[in-house]
Amino acid sequence: MTVTHFGAVLLFAFFTSIVFGITQRSEPKMMIRFGAFCFALFVFGTIAASWGMWAIKH
Amino acid sequence: MSKADKALLNQKSGVSPAVALFAGWLVPGAGHLLIRKPIRALLLFVSIVAMFSIGIALEGKVYTPNTGDLLDILGFAGDLGSGVLYILARVFDLGHSSVQIAIADYGTKFIVVAGLLNIVSAVDAHSLASGRKLS
Repeated sequence: MTVTHFGAVLLFAFFTSIVFGITQRSEPKMMIRFGAFCFALFVFGTIAASWGMWAIKH
Repeated sequence: MSKADKALLNQKSGVSPAVALFAGWLVPGAGHLLIRKPIRALLLFVSIVAMFSIGIALEGKVYTPNTGDLLDILGFAGDLGSGVLYILARVFDLGHSSVQIAIADYGTKFIVVAGLLNIVSAVDAHSLASGRKLS
């Protein structure tokens, strides 16, 4: 199996966010909201960190 | 339904918190299934098994005990969190003993994180069974 770096980020963020949502909140609506928040934080955090590393190198 | 009622309902599932914890560790989502949360159990099972399987498919490293390296010991502790998935991986010799391609490093992390997430979900099942978490 091969996967792009960004594909790996999306897979990791998706499955991890599901577990975080279920375990860290009590109500179903809040689980979905927290899961979506974690997913966005993982993905955009990774993109921001990637640009940060690019900026350091250049 | 009040918070006290929900806590009482969880405790009335008749499952000991220790059993929920152990079952949740052994099989992802089993702790939640025992305390009658089947949808959560299914989502947890699919998520953790998918993470572990992707890690194996990416040729990630499956850590073994007693290598003497501190990082290997931590990796082993993380892998062990997957319960029966880790046992199956060792029995059927899945994964690799060392990282051989660049993407395999991602696979190694997927496997370790699957174990850590399984521990988080098992503790959640324990909290639900003991009434510490309301619902």
